Amino acid sequence: MDRSLNPALLRGMTQARTRRDAFRIAGLSAAGLALAACGVQGKKAEAPKTDAVKDFWAKQTKHGRVVFANWPEYMPEDQAPLKKFQQATGISYQYKEVINENAEFFGKLDPVLRAGQSIGYDIVVMTNGIQLQHMIELGYATPLDHSKMPNFLANAGDKYKERSYDPGNVYTMPYTSGVTGIAYNTKYVEDDIKSIGSLFDPKYKGRVGMMNDAQEIANFGMFALGLDPEKSTENDWKQAGEKLKAQRDAGIVRKYYDQSYIDAVSKGDVWISMAWSGDVFQRQLAGEPVKFVVPEEGGTIWTDNMLIPKNAANPVDAITLMDYLYQPAVAAELDEFIQYVTPVPAVQDLLREKATKATGEGKKSLEQMVESPLMFPSEAEYAKLRTYVKLSTAQEQVFNPIFQSITQA
Amino acid sequence: MKRLTPYLLALPSWMWLAIFLVVPMAAMASVSLQTGNAIDGFAMTFSVSNYTDAISRYSTQFLRSLLYGGLATVAMLIIGYPVAYWIAFKGGTRKSVYLFLLLLPFFVSFVLRTISWGFLLADDGVLFGPLKSWGLLAPEFHVLATTFAVVGGLTYNFLPFMILPIYVALERVDPRVIEAAYDLYATRLSAFRRVVLPLSLPGVFAGVLMTFVPATADPVNAQILGGTANTMIGNIIQTEYLTNLNYPTASALSFTLMAVLLVGIFIYARALGTENVLEAVAQ
Repeated sequence: MDRSLNPALLRGMTQARTRRDAFRIAGLSAAGLALAACGVQGKKAEAPKTDAVKDFWAKQTKHGRVVFANWPEYMPEDQAPLKKFQQATGISYQYKEVINENAEFFGKLDPVLRAGQSIGYDIVVMTNGIQLQHMIELGYATPLDHSKMPNFLANAGDKYKERSYDPGNVYTMPYTSGVTGIAYNTKYVEDDIKSIGSLFDPKYKGRVGMMNDAQEIANFGMFALGLDPEKSTENDWKQAGEKLKAQRDAGIVRKYYDQSYIDAVSKGDVWISMAWSGDVFQRQLAGEPVKFVVPEEGGTIWTDNMLIPKNAANPVDAITLMDYLYQPAVAAELDEFIQYVTPVPAVQDLLREKATKATGEGKKSLEQMVESPLMFPSEAEYAKLRTYVKLSTAQEQVFNPIFQSITQA
Repeated sequence: MKRLTPYLLALPSWMWLAIFLVVPMAAMASVSLQTGNAIDGFAMTFSVSNYTDAISRYSTQFLRSLLYGGLATVAMLIIGYPVAYWIAFKGGTRKSVYLFLLLLPFFVSFVLRTISWGFLLADDGVLFGPLKSWGLLAPEFHVLATTFAVVGGLTYNFLPFMILPIYVALERVDPRVIEAAYDLYATRLSAFRRVVLPLSLPGVFAGVLMTFVPATADPVNAQILGGTANTMIGNIIQTEYLTNLNYPTASALSFTLMAVLLVGIFIYARALGTENVLEAVAQ
C-alpha cells in the first residue's frame, strides 16, 4: 500500500517504543536459567543382580488387574483372548492401543520414567531396535521371573528364545514378528518384483515409497549394496547413505512414509514400496491388488516384544498375561487375526487342523494363512532375513544423521 | 489492603504464567546449552555451539519453513480478506450463519482434516481419477508430495484465523465514515483504499500474526502432504526431541525459531505502525 496516503502508518514508523517489557522478560528468563542450570540426569542402569531380581519378585503379589498397552490391529476386536484370560485367571484387564511408533512412544515415556514415576501401563510392546535397547540400558524394563513363565519356556520357538538384543530372555517376551520387504500394487506394476533393485529402478520414478525410519531404510540401502546390516560398520552406513541419496536425488522416491505407506500403495499414489508383511496380508484378504515379496537380496525381520516397564503397578498380573499368550491355542487365536509371524511354532499345526474342519471362505483363508511364507517362513526364507544393527549411543549419533539427512532433507 | 487487592486478584494469572510459561522456557533455555546424551545424561557446559551447529545443519529447513509460512500467509490474506469483507458488508442478517459455516469444518480434528486432503487429492482418487481417465490430465500429474500441497494445506488449515480478526475489524467500521467519504466525492475504490482498508489494518495485522506463526512452525502438513524435499523445521524439532532424544539441539532449534519469529513480528509491527502488538492481537 501507499504509505504517503496513511498518516497512521507514518506515526507508527516514527514513534518511540518502550523497551520495558523486553527487559522484564529477559530478567525473568535469566532468573529461571540460574535455577535450571543443573543438567539432566543420566540413568544408565547396571545389569540386574540375580538376588535383587529374586527379592523384587518375592515381594510382589497378584492384584487382579493389568493394563496392557499395544499397537493398533494387534488384537481381535472382540478381545476374545483377553476375555478368556480374565475367565481363567480372575485378572481383569484394560487393553489400550496407544503405541503407533517406537520413537514417539519412547519419547513420551522417557521423561516420566526418568522422574521415577509409573507410566500407568503394566505391559508395553516395543520393536527390537534403538528404543528397546534404550529401555533396557536405562533400566526401564523390569527383569522377568523365569519361574513365572512356563508356557514361554515350553512353547516359544528356539529363534524367539535366543535373541541377540535380549540374551537369556532377561527382560522381554516376543509378541509377534514380521518382515520388512516390498509391497507393490499389481494394478500398476505388471512385472513380478523380485529384487530390491526395483525400488531403485528409474522406470518407477516418483512412484516408489521408502520408509522414514532410519533403521528400516538403512537396512534396505545395505541390502541393495549386498551388505549384511547386522554386521555393518560406519563405512557401510555411509555407502548405504550415498545409495539412498542418489535414489532420492534422481526423483525416484515420492515420499518417506510412516505407517501411511500402505494406504499410498493401495490408492496407487506409489506403485511399489517398502512394506511390513502383516499389513499387506490383511489388505490382500480384503481383496486389494497388493502383493508382498521378500527381495532376493534380503529383507528385515523384526520382533515386537512385551516387557514390564519399571514402576509398573501390577507386575505379577503382567507376567501372568504375557505367559498366558504362549499357550498354543491362545497364540493360534491371536495369530489368526493379526497375521504376522507368531513366536509359537505349534500354531501352524493348530491352524492347519482348524482349516480341515472349516468350510467355505473361512477354510480358504485359513489354508492361505498356513501356507503363507509371511506367517510361517521356511528355514530358507529365514536365511534371507536380517535384523537391525546393534548401535551404541555414540554410534547412534553417527547413524541417525546419515539417514535422517536423506529422509528429512 | 485495598491497595493490594488488584495485585492479589492478578496473582493467579501471574502464577499461571510463571509456572506454565517462564519455568518451562527457562528449563528449555538451560537444556539448549547442555551437552551429553539421553543415556549418560546431559551436563551444563554453556555450549553456545549447540545453536550454531543446529542452525548451520538445518538452515535449509529453517528458510523453507519461513518461505512456506510466508507464502501460506499471503495466500490466506488474498483469500481471506474478500471473504471477511463480503461477510461483514454483504452478509446482512445471515452473518452468523456464514461465520458458523466457515468454522464448521474446524470442529473436526486438524490431523484428520489434513489426512482427508490426502484421500481427496490422491493421484487416482475421487478428484483426479476421473479427470485422468477422461484424458484431461496427464497420468503422472500429481498434487500430493509437492510444495504446492504443503503450502495449500497450511493455507486451508489456518484460514479462519485470518478471516475472523479481519472480519471483526471490518465489522467495527462505522458505515457513516464510508458515507462521509462518498460525500467528499470519493470513488468506491478510493473510499476502500483510504477509509476501509486503513481501518481494517489492525485486523489484518492480527490475522497475519495468528497465521504466520503457527504455519511456519507446523509439522503436520509437511508430514502428511509433503514429499521428499518439503521437511519443515517443526518436523526436525519433533525428530530431534522424540527420535534422537537430542534435547539440547531440539531446544536450541525451538529457541531460534521463536527468536526469528519474534524479531520478524516486531519488525512487521513497526512497519505496519500498529501501536502495540499485544493490543492488536487482543482485538
